[in-house]
Amino acid sequence: MPIVSLKEVAKSYRKGREVIDVLDGIDLDIEEGDFLALMGPSGSGKTTLLNLIGGLDNPTEGSVVVGGQTLGDLSGKGLARWRSRNIGFVFQFYNLLPVLNALRNVELPLLLTNLSGAQRRKNAQTALTIVGLGDRASHKPGELSGGQQQRVAIARAIVADPALLVCDEPTGDLDRETAEEILDLLGILNREHGKTVIMVTHDPKAADHASHILHLDKGQLVEQAA
Amino acid sequence: MSAIGLVWPNLGRKPVRTVLTLMSLLVAFVLFTYLRAIAVAFTSGGFGEAGIDRLVVSPKYSIIDPLPVNHQRSIATVPGVEAVTHADWFGGIYQEPRNFFPKFPVDPEGYFSIYSERVIAPEQLAAFRDTRTGAVVSAGLAERFGWKIGDRIPIEGDIYPKRDGSRLWEFDLVGIYRGQPDDPDPGVFLFQYDYFDEARQFGHGGVGWFIVRVGNPEKAAEIASAIDAMFENSINATRTATEDDSQREFAKQFGNIGLITTGILGAVFFTILLLTANTMAQALRDRIPELAVLKTFGFTDGTVGSLVLAEAILLCVAGGALGIGLAAGVQGFLSVYLEPVIGPIAVDWPIIAQGLALAVLLGAIVGLVPAFSAWRLTIVDALRERQA
Repeated sequence: MPIVSLKEVAKSYRKGREVIDVLDGIDLDIEEGDFLALMGPSGSGKTTLLNLIGGLDNPTEGSVVVGGQTLGDLSGKGLARWRSRNIGFVFQFYNLLPVLNALRNVELPLLLTNLSGAQRRKNAQTALTIVGLGDRASHKPGELSGGQQQRVAIARAIVADPALLVCDEPTGDLDRETAEEILDLLGILNREHGKTVIMVTHDPKAADHASHILHLDKGQLVEQAA
Repeated sequence: MSAIGLVWPNLGRKPVRTVLTLMSLLVAFVLFTYLRAIAVAFTSGGFGEAGIDRLVVSPKYSIIDPLPVNHQRSIATVPGVEAVTHADWFGGIYQEPRNFFPKFPVDPEGYFSIYSERVIAPEQLAAFRDTRTGAVVSAGLAERFGWKIGDRIPIEGDIYPKRDGSRLWEFDLVGIYRGQPDDPDPGVFLFQYDYFDEARQFGHGGVGWFIVRVGNPEKAAEIASAIDAMFENSINATRTATEDDSQREFAKQFGNIGLITTGILGAVFFTILLLTANTMAQALRDRIPELAVLKTFGFTDGTVGSLVLAEAILLCVAGGALGIGLAAGVQGFLSVYLEPVIGPIAVDWPIIAQGLALAVLLGAIVGLVPAFSAWRLTIVDALRERQA
């Protein structure tokens, strides 16, 4: 059974009187444990597709099923709760809270759980150790390099132990060497920790780290490469 | 750290902006605390030592019209009156106008007989009685200006010049009296009426008011009516009231203090509201992507909105608490100048509670719009703005 299943998914936006079709008739199954790269030109709908899979947005038509849950069946609150348990997000610009140190940034998603403070900090420290920043827990984002900040963001994404990581241009703001480190880390999380990774990228070299590559163009899947 | 624990660190995000906003709030709440304390002092009467057995006989129509001193004999004949004395408002400046304190020419023995709670050593009272230019002051006044017995104190007579045209009145300090331990310092400078009346250029034989001690306070109203009836058809008609009421009436001469303070505070807080609302709006704009990220983790719209609202309330309460605390800490400064005129000024718990409630209300008002915006924020739009 695929971890992600999209059936006839379409998404359009209204801009004034104009209706903009972003995705059109997407059928897609992603198997558990996959590392999928979503590629395509700007405006092709990559991020929109990622947002639908991550439960950040709703399709105009069709259904999105993730981990056996039809996302359209969930209310706003229900969807928020579902995201907190099932999805880890990694963004291009890290989006760490600058006023919190690395440990507290990683701890953030756990604030919504019933874990004790001590357990939350322990889990956050473990996640930081996994991404190789166990010794930087007390550093604030401004005291870390871009690559280190993205590692903290990845630790934050995995701290609640979600099955699925959705990554939107995770190396888009990094130099080549650092980008390779981040991609290697995502590969380790995929292979050794069993996380399913869906990554949007413009970069063919980044996509090479994935086990599958999907191309989107004008809102449609145009090609699948293994 | 809890979800609410996110609120405090956010205030440290832009330290300069936060400090400036806190300073604005601090000033506003210092003003609030002082003005409320002053308004309460004005409206409550509240002079700690106002005796329930004392009446004050004042001119009926204006406090600047003197009453003839020989009214005293007539008042003394009213049944129920035990003793009568008199005082007057001298005005006067000691060194400079900001060194304000009341100065009353009085009959030494009569005055201390009626104000029995003001304690003076018998030999000092005798010296006061026997020294033409003698003066006695409260312990608080003596401490304030570093006076000691034997000092010669010059006062410029801004209302009353002397017969020779000079405005310099010199007094010899012959005694220091004290109020009761739990009462505020009376803060009054007393000197001989006889000397004053002989030496002044005009107004001879006049006094500002009489103080009457009654035997039975329950009959005070009846005695007051009898006194006023006695002078009803005189050109020097009187208005007699209990000391507490009289002080409240005196305070009203300054105008509707409640309305004035409310007006000032309204203007101050309207300005503060605009400033703080602008700060909160700016803080929200700076953090839109972060708030969106919180929502991606599963923070609900309501939780994110509540965090923003809590931040606004915390900011205002912090500024308010600082301002109220500062005002309470230095209230003695205000008391020195105003207590002799309007009675004890206290930053008490009701004023502190009002101030904190106002801070919460202010925070809720300034935080409402940003909180609503945060609540309504859609993740996709917010993240798209960040990437644009």
